[in-house]
Order: sequence, then C-alpha cells, then structure tokens
Amino acid sequence: MTDELVIGGKKLTNRLFLGTGKFPSKKMITEALRRSGAQVVTVALRRIDFEAQEENVLNYIPKDCILMPNTSGARNAEEAVRIAEIARAAGCGNWVKIEVISDNKYLLPDNYETVKATEILVKKGFVVLPYMHPDLMVAKRLQEAGAAAVMPLGSPIGSNRGLKTKEMIRILIEEIDLPVIVDAGIGRPSQAAEAMEMGAAAVLVNTAIATADDPPAMAEAFSLAVQAGRKAFLAGPGRIKEFAEASSPLTGFLR
Amino acid sequence: MSFYELVQKYREFPVEEFWGKVTDSQVEKIIAQDRLNTLDFLALLSEKAQNYLEPMAQKAHRLTVQNFGKVIFLYTPMYLSNYCANQCAYCGFSALNRMPRKKLSLSQVEEEARLIAATGLRHILILTGESRSKAPISYLKECVKILKKYFSSISIEIYPLETEEYRQLVDAGVDGLTIYQETYDELIYDRVHLKGPKKNYRFRLDAPERGARAGMRSVNIGALLGLGDWRKDAFFTGLHAHYLQNKYLDVEISVSLPRLRSYPGTIKEFKPYCQVNDKELVQFMLALRLFLPRCGITISTREAPDFRDNIIGLGVTKMSAGSVTAVGGRINRGKENNIPQFDILDERSVSEIREMILSKGYQPVFKDWHPIEVEVS
Ligand code: SF4
Repeated sequence: MTDELVIGGKKLTNRLFLGTGKFPSKKMITEALRRSGAQVVTVALRRIDFEAQEENVLNYIPKDCILMPNTSGARNAEEAVRIAEIARAAGCGNWVKIEVISDNKYLLPDNYETVKATEILVKKGFVVLPYMHPDLMVAKRLQEAGAAAVMPLGSPIGSNRGLKTKEMIRILIEEIDLPVIVDAGIGRPSQAAEAMEMGAAAVLVNTAIATADDPPAMAEAFSLAVQAGRKAFLAGPGRIKEFAEASSPLTGFLR
Repeated sequence: MSFYELVQKYREFPVEEFWGKVTDSQVEKIIAQDRLNTLDFLALLSEKAQNYLEPMAQKAHRLTVQNFGKVIFLYTPMYLSNYCANQCAYCGFSALNRMPRKKLSLSQVEEEARLIAATGLRHILILTGESRSKAPISYLKECVKILKKYFSSISIEIYPLETEEYRQLVDAGVDGLTIYQETYDELIYDRVHLKGPKKNYRFRLDAPERGARAGMRSVNIGALLGLGDWRKDAFFTGLHAHYLQNKYLDVEISVSLPRLRSYPGTIKEFKPYCQVNDKELVQFMLALRLFLPRCGITISTREAPDFRDNIIGLGVTKMSAGSVTAVGGRINRGKENNIPQFDILDERSVSEIREMILSKGYQPVFKDWHPIEVEVS
C-alpha cells in the first residue's frame, strides 16, 4: 500500500514541498523539482511575470506539479485575500499558501491576520495552507476555519536553524487533525528527517536547497531524508525512555 | 524619539576618539557575533576594520544569500522632469545651471514606458528635479496612471512631501519611496545646498518616515558619499535604516550607496569633502550587511561595470540596469540636448546585465511585486 498524503482532494506521494525563491536561476528550479520528485511547489505571486515569457517562473515548473501560489508580500488578511484571488484569476489554481508577514526584520507570520485570511479564503473555495507560528489555539482555529493543512515554522524563514519550535510542532501533530507541514527554518536534510520522524505530514524547503552549492543535488538529498523520516515514523520508532532501566534496579528489593 | 534626536545624540559622541581605540580583537569579536549593536557597526566602519574586509565579506556573503538568496532585483530610473528650484552645489540640475529644461508630456511618458517595458523590467523609479510647481503631485499622479499599465512596481525619487501627499501617491499606485539625505552632517548640508526649499535639513530627514507612515511598502535611503566624511555619513545612514526598520516593521527598508559623480556643468569651485574609493565603499556595504542582515542594498549604474560585477555576492540585493539619467532619455537617445543629471559608468543594456548576473550564478529578478489594489471580479 502506498503511503499517500491527501490535500484538497489531491493525492501526494512525495512529501517534500519546494519553495522557488532564492534560486540562482529558474532552470535550476526545474532541475531541483526533477531530482527531488517534489509534487507541490510554492511560488510567490509577486514574482510571477505573466507577460514576459522568458522571465515567467511558471514556465520552469513542470505541468504535473501542483502549484501553490503564496501570498508573500501581504501584510494583512485583506491583502492576502486579494493576492489569492489574483493568482486564481490568473490561472494558478485554487491552492494557496497564506503568508501574512507584517515584520520585515524577522519575517515572522502574523497569526491573527492569517486566521482571518483563512476564514475568508476557505469560504471562497480555496484549498488553504496557512504558514503560522506553531500555536495550538491558532492551529485549532485554522482547523475550524477549514484549512487544508497547517504550516508551522521550524525557525525563522531562511535561518536554516532547524526545528527550534520542535516541542510546539510536536503538540500540533498530536492535537490537530490536519496535515502538519513544517515550513521555514529547515536547513539540513537531517532536520527534515527529524520533522518527518516526529510525524509531520510533509516539509516545505526553500532556502536550504536554493542556496546550496548544488541545489538540484541538495533537493534530492532532502527528498531522500524526507522519505527516510517518513519510513521511520511509520515503522514506529522505539519509545525514548525518560529514565535508564538499570539492570540491577535500586528499588528491586521492593518485591 | 524622532530620528533627528538620535542624530543629535550621536553628534555629541566622540566618534574619532572611538575609532582611534578600536582594536583588532574587538573587530574580530564583532565579526563573530550573531547580532551587532550600533557601536559594533560604528567599529566596523573604522580604519582599523579595513584590515578585515575578507572575513567581513565572507560573513556578508553568507548573510545575504541566507536572507535574499542568489538573486538580484533589477529596476531602472526614468526621469520625468529636470526643472529644479534648488541650488545644490553638486548637481547638474541645479537652478544655477543654464541648461535646457524639460518635462515629459503624458504621451512621452507612455512612449518611454513602452521602451523600458520592452526590456522586460517591471520595476521603475521615477525621478524629477525638485520643482513643486513644474512637477506637481497632480502631474505625478497622471504619470503613475500611465505607468501602472506597464510596471508592477513604481517608486518615486522626488522632492520631499508631507505625509498626506505621500498617501495620495500611494493611493495612485506608488509603492516605493527613495529619498537621499545627501549628507547627515547638518553644517555641510547647509553649505552645499545653496538655495531653495531643500535647505530644510529636518524636513528632508523626516521624509522617509512620513513615506513609511503613508503606506509606502519600501523606503530607500542613502547619503551621497563624498559630500561629507563618508565614514560618518555611512554610520548615520545605517543608524537611519535601523531606526526605520525597527519603527516601521512592515516597510522594506533599503539603502543606496551612491558616490558623488561628475556631471556636465559642474560648478567649478565645488570640491567634494572626500573621494570614496572602492575599498571604502565595500567596507561600508559589508558593515551595513553585518549590522542589518535583512536590509536591501542598492548599487546603481553610477558604478563601473567591473565593480558592479565583483560586488555581487557581497551584500548588494538591488541594481539598476539600462539606466538613462536624462529626461526622456530613451525616446531622445542620440539627440542633442539630452543632458543627464550625472554620468553613468555602467552603460550595459538590460539584457547584458541580465546575462552578467546569470553568469555569476545569480538570478536576475525583473518583477518582485504585484500591485494588489487590482480588483479581480
Ligand atoms: S540634487 Fe535634486 S534638488 Fe539639488 S539641484 Fe539636483 S535635482 Fe535639484
């Protein structure tokens, strides 16, 4: 039986999602997608130039990939909604990654506006994947609002610091009845594997791949790590014990 | 606290004495730090720190790639008018200069826009001399209306406005503001701005903030390096960017590093305070990147091709391409009276710049903004 992830009615077998910003060239995006087998790719609407053929990043994304335009540049819910609508009207499909960032210093998501945007866009028929701080109550609200997944950050965008929010993400995985896709901060394949071992449904990687010396090779490495992590999760890793079990326990006399 | 107060505070600060005491180990330690405070930044601008350009470059490279990726954003300037009410001792458009003045008609704006858009560029910076009467807000709004058909991002570099006026332009479709303080040294500022409304130091100093308040998405500041002591101007520029970044979280702050250039009709007696050499400009750029990892850094075609090619990867995030600094310069190419504001050194075409960036292993980005006021039915 194949291990499938279903989002918005689409079946996915590859759990590595790819971001397209920061690549040294657009051709390399095609190559990274090919080498990794990633099926979902996020593109900032603000970077898409529909008029210029050569510059249009969409021409570098294979047709069988699922396009997930993101609302990068949106500073509030209203702007995110408009960006999503523009993307859909332009033929980018109905998936949308909500990214509402109102701080240009750390690029942290604005959870409050993200919830608002999710509520509106779900009603408008979008498959909504919100990028968020791993906050349980917010995740619950996103779930209630009808989000197709939640995308908590592992650490700030582009920081490559890995799973700094691990404990919070773990709680989301345990409590939320939606795919939890770790987005942002993953810097190495081993960290992607770690997220997957924890039970994340997928990971979205951009900076770590796009800024590697050899992005396509790094994309492949991530893809393999995601598969390994997933397999390990499904295999049910042995429980991590809080206390060592001494062979001659100190309390053994209490029998 | 207004930025002016911060300027005052540092004006009292014994900068030279501080620089004199900077040690090697101090510089090494700062480079190794995750976060820099303003005094760390100041130390990296010292002569001592010049010996550490390579490690600074390594770190700046890392931070830039991490925060922006291997991309360079491209834009081009478009001069709408060269009428000017000011007398700046260093500028070709100065009211003192006897030169043909012109202002593009709306149909000329459209023609010029078409020529630029054909190169693939989607970001434009419109400029005027500082004449409220010849290039009033109403005229700018008309221009923006036309330009919106061709470009996805429109920035302005014009005379400083009141918040309400900036807001009018934002509503019309402008999303970026560029305004240089020229020099943060108030005395020199007064000396080089001989006459005209530009003499008002404070009104100009607070303009970026008024723009941010009016809803500009990006604000680009800078000092014209060479007018005053470049190290001090560099420090105040960084301080200004830091101030704006912290106060206006949702605005993208960037810094330009223009060096004073000659232009036709120079006032003979004008002597720059100093010449900023390549090494010094790079030091400024690196120190800025280490201090403000997420700040945009713009390098224009004032710089020579060689230099521009070599600084890719060091901190720069934005470059102009296919620049013309004369009013209607593209439609009048080759004609007489096509007088530029200053000379550009990198005369390569947009496609040549594009190729150069690609050859460096970077992606040239022609469009990084989509106007979202567009209503979709
Ligand atoms: S720098 Fe600006 S204000 Fe000064 S003379 Fe030139 S165009 Fe006019």
